[in-house]
Amino acid sequence: MFFRMIFGTLFRQWKKMLMIAFTIALGASLATAMLSVMLDVGDKVNQELKTYGANITVVPKENSVLSSLYEVEGEGGTGAYLREDELGNIKTIFWAFNIIDYAPFINASVKLDDGTEVSAVGTWFNHHMELPTGEQLDAGVTSMRSWWEIVDGKWLDEQTGSADGAMVGKALAEKLGIKSGDTLHLNGTVSDISLNVVGIFDAGGDEDDKIFMPADTAQSLDGLDGKIDSIEVSALTTPENDLAIKAAKDPKSLTIAQYETWYCTAYASSICYQIQEVITDSVASPVRQVADSEGAILEKTQLLMSLITILSLIGAALGICNLVTASVMERSAEMGLMKAIGAQNSSVSGLVLTEITVTAVFGGTAGFFAGWGFAQIIGHSVFGSAITMRPVVIPLVAVLVLIVTLAGCIPAIRMLLRLSPCEVLHGR
Amino acid sequence: MSLLELKNIYKIYGDLHALDDVNLKVEKGEWLSIMGPSGSGKSTMMNIIGCMDKPSKGEVLLDGVDIAKESAKNLTAIRRDKIGLIFQQFHLVGYLTAIENVMLAQYYHSVPDEKEALEALDRVGLADRAKHLPSQLSGGEQQRVCVARALINYPEIILADEPTGNLDDANEKIVVDLFHKLHSEGTTLIVVTHDPEVAEVAQRTVYLRNGKLHKETINENFTGEIKFDNEVEI
Ligand SMILES: Nc1ncnc2c1ncn2[C@@H]1O[C@H](COP(=O)(O)OP(=O)(O)OP(=O)(O)O)[C@@H](O)[C@H]1O
Ligand SMILES: [Mg+2]
Repeated sequence: MFFRMIFGTLFRQWKKMLMIAFTIALGASLATAMLSVMLDVGDKVNQELKTYGANITVVPKENSVLSSLYEVEGEGGTGAYLREDELGNIKTIFWAFNIIDYAPFINASVKLDDGTEVSAVGTWFNHHMELPTGEQLDAGVTSMRSWWEIVDGKWLDEQTGSADGAMVGKALAEKLGIKSGDTLHLNGTVSDISLNVVGIFDAGGDEDDKIFMPADTAQSLDGLDGKIDSIEVSALTTPENDLAIKAAKDPKSLTIAQYETWYCTAYASSICYQIQEVITDSVASPVRQVADSEGAILEKTQLLMSLITILSLIGAALGICNLVTASVMERSAEMGLMKAIGAQNSSVSGLVLTEITVTAVFGGTAGFFAGWGFAQIIGHSVFGSAITMRPVVIPLVAVLVLIVTLAGCIPAIRMLLRLSPCEVLHGR
Repeated sequence: MSLLELKNIYKIYGDLHALDDVNLKVEKGEWLSIMGPSGSGKSTMMNIIGCMDKPSKGEVLLDGVDIAKESAKNLTAIRRDKIGLIFQQFHLVGYLTAIENVMLAQYYHSVPDEKEALEALDRVGLADRAKHLPSQLSGGEQQRVCVARALINYPEIILADEPTGNLDDANEKIVVDLFHKLHSEGTTLIVVTHDPEVAEVAQRTVYLRNGKLHKETINENFTGEIKFDNEVEI
């Protein structure tokens, strides 16, 4: 009987119910899209930011002074280097967890057999590290230069022992007529080596004119074992504020309390400061605009999405509220009649709530899948990758839809409770 | 003890006395008519007796219980268990068939029983229309479905507010005949009507004016049969 009545209303008022389902679907789809993107966006933004490369660079102290004075790239001209064996320390600083990736760079100038000079860079590709903390980490350009497009061959994999491998930039490869699988003979100042070209990459910049090889290989060419020119670090940072700016000028100008706050906040400047503490004679400096925008992008995107979600849910609740109230008002005679022939408030409200819940289940399910689609569209157009559906989104959306639907029903239910059978039955 | 007793009932809206110090006793098994001009308070009185409204002042004893003091929830339960209602507008649920409309009353009362509901429809002569929707029934047929619904739970009192107001004489006769049948089975009937012919059938008629009971007549030669002044063809 109950179901007969439910279906009676659902079919008789199918237009109204469809509108309600549509409203719920709209709210649910936005909530689903925003929640999935929001939960997944942390990773997506990280990826996105890694695509911008490093946001902190570390160079030897002397070079830093020189290059800022004469605006020249420190290329070992002063003979100052950083120590490769200290690199693991970066993962031991206070904000180690915010350090996403880093890689050392050592420049070598080498000659081909015909005497042509080419610039070679030694670095880490996917360097495996066992940290003093017991943690393990794969760091290097494979992830820090994830935007490199491999036009031929593949990424160099340090872990499978291709120490004699190299990757060649597209422009250079075209000039020299090299393709992956070729062998390249390079003469350094100290030794010479034959390298196997594993891949050709398109970086879309001046790196396209360079040969990239494992750091060890490059060091041995110039006899610079264990030495590196610079480090690029990719770290998650908090947007700078007055305190951070003041500290960046001179940490000693801070009071102890300010110093504590600054040191324990993931500002780019405090992370730089902490890196300097663990790398001997180094200067770490933020690559300004990226470091600033990074944290801000994440926070603002999430704030924006929360706002959209909340607003869309409020909108849905208002819409539902209107439609349900109208539907109940239209049926007030019927509801009054039910009360008159003995229906308690609970069973009349139950009837309406069940109807709306059935509608909400259909609308919510449809909205969920639509939202999933939206999320993918957003993922592809904004972050350039698919959004992974987190399982937690399903119960979250279900609960939100339920709350919104029930909230939307409150005025209608209140009206039902107040509805007196004699008012409707005697046509007043 | 009377089945129903109204003691000094007032219903006041602002400064309008819709009911003004009404006293009335109705015995079990009695057939009572209520007459009076429009706005005299007949429906107001029926709503109070039917547990759909409460008086501003006074006691309403139904089976010895003062329903003026009961909670809304209890009033619904009393209405469901003891009272059958019939209205001038037929008030059926539009998307339920005749038999389902009858079963709805059973559903809220206890459990729907299709066989019993069909018997009730048979009593009002509509067994063959059980599967029709209200929109497929004539006015008179709809009102008979309402009668079937009112009697399905064996109420002690049937309250009818102008049950024949929208019916032609032929249907009026059918409905009054049904009342007669119910009355002869011991059901108490209270019928509000504008129609003297319908009122005269009852054992007793009370007259309301401006919210006050001002006259009462007893039908000495009560038969329960309706008589028409001018003959009608059926
Ligand atoms: N909810 C209300 N608020 C204000 N006044 C009301 C209300 N209900 C009834 N009244 C007034 O109470 C008086 C009695 O109304 P009631 O419906 O009982 O008359 P009635 O005798 O049934 O009339 P009719 O024969 O036209 O149905 C009327 O004047 C009406 O306007
Ligand atoms: Mg009336």
